Amino acid sequence: MSLKDKYCIVGAATTKFGRVPGVSPLGFTAEAVRLAVEDAGLKKGDIDAVLCKYPPTGFRSLWAHKVSQALGIQPKIAATVDQAGATNIGLVQYAMMAIDAGLITTAVCTYGDNPLSGPPGTYAAPRGSDAAFGLFGAPSGYAMIAQRHMIEYGTTSRQLGAIAVANRAWACKNPNAHMREPMTIEDHQLSRYVAWPLHLLDCCLVSDGGAAVVVTSAARARELRKPPVYIMGIGQHHIAWELPQRPTLTTSGAKISGELAFKMAGITPRDVDVCEIYDCFTITPLVTLEDYGFCAKGEGGPFVEDGKTGPGGSLPMNTSGGLLSESGMAGMQLVVEAVRQLRGECGERQVNGAEIALVSGQGGIMHTHATMVLRR
Amino acid sequence: MTTEYPKPLPEVTEDSRPFWEGCQRHELLLQQCSRCGYRRYASPLCPQCWSPEHQWVKACGRGVVYTWIVVHQRYHRAFEKDLPYNVTIVELEEGPRLMTNLVGIRNEDIRPGLPVEVAWDDMTKELTLPKFAPAR
Ligand SMILES: [Zn+2]
Repeated sequence: MSLKDKYCIVGAATTKFGRVPGVSPLGFTAEAVRLAVEDAGLKKGDIDAVLCKYPPTGFRSLWAHKVSQALGIQPKIAATVDQAGATNIGLVQYAMMAIDAGLITTAVCTYGDNPLSGPPGTYAAPRGSDAAFGLFGAPSGYAMIAQRHMIEYGTTSRQLGAIAVANRAWACKNPNAHMREPMTIEDHQLSRYVAWPLHLLDCCLVSDGGAAVVVTSAARARELRKPPVYIMGIGQHHIAWELPQRPTLTTSGAKISGELAFKMAGITPRDVDVCEIYDCFTITPLVTLEDYGFCAKGEGGPFVEDGKTGPGGSLPMNTSGGLLSESGMAGMQLVVEAVRQLRGECGERQVNGAEIALVSGQGGIMHTHATMVLRR
Repeated sequence: MTTEYPKPLPEVTEDSRPFWEGCQRHELLLQQCSRCGYRRYASPLCPQCWSPEHQWVKACGRGVVYTWIVVHQRYHRAFEKDLPYNVTIVELEEGPRLMTNLVGIRNEDIRPGLPVEVAWDDMTKELTLPKFAPAR
């Protein structure tokens, strides 16, 4: 039986983002949970599941159990999940399934880390045998995909830059964004290469911070403090292959993940009022928009080039600034932003009349993908 | 492996050891499934048909450029003097693709589909990397 509209996000919060020294990954996580539960108007005794994405900086096993201990909760389910940037939406899906099975009533899904002020090198680690050839870091892997997209479809660096520029324009309207300096396409083009063809401004930030959401049943949600945000559709897909072995580099797990989520929600991309599309690198939302069917495969470049994803554009995307400009943390903040947009809490960056929001998460080097459709 | 070699070593596992030992002998080896014939780099069973039986077969060493990047960021001290350097995915004639570096070509001259052939790079007595150069 479909889970459509049966479960809601009732609490959502982020901590401060940016360079925030003096706070541990556990500290960011606990603070985000405290704020999200408070946002829901619930108490810690109401939470019976603690679901976590592991923090790459100094990760140790049993992470969700450390988080539970810090919160003073002995949950019925505590689980740490490894789906990289797709984890956040994955956690929400597992919460829905556990509630649906009658195992729990209310789950907190959370992620926090301090890769900027904590020990360095979290995202520059060698990747297996590829490091013998000098392949390090996430930008290199995504640059391989970007270059292949350019080879197959003629996508240009300026088209990728249009996404970064639009995201920054949104971030300028977000007081909690890590980067709020206005950015032009020239700034993007003149920024140094990290891994050609990707410039520095094609790459997400590295930011400290935490985010959390609270998931419960729709019946319970209607009695709580904030207007419920209904989960209409949710899906995942994991193409799993390492880059060289992958049959194609230019279609991602977004295709099937998106089909599953849209089908469950009973909507099409045309029904989406606002979208928060995982943007670890500019190529990621470009490929994701194609795979979701906002435009045809290969047409992502021309599709975003006119700035339609920015403020005032026809497809408001990454309205908080996204990973590129709000916070480089791996995705839970995008879920929070979608919830805030549907509640009308976004102030200067509010998309008027937003009723349906689309959120994506993906991770590894496009190994993982998750999609969620929300409505108010 | 000698302790002086400053760059990261390949991740040699029970599955991939024959590949890297082949490199020492300047033989580019692929795993070929005994049941369905599917060829791959190194995996404990055939991802197509799940047969655990396989042979290591010699690849011809020719292929084409599939995609590539030019690394500008300093990630590792031992690669600093190489910057900016290419990392390239080559599609072998037999089908599988390999992560490698192109040698004997300027980064700005690399093109998609460029025919290349294996160019063995003996890094140490124990380590040989399969790099690729433009086909002669
Ligand atoms: Zn087989």
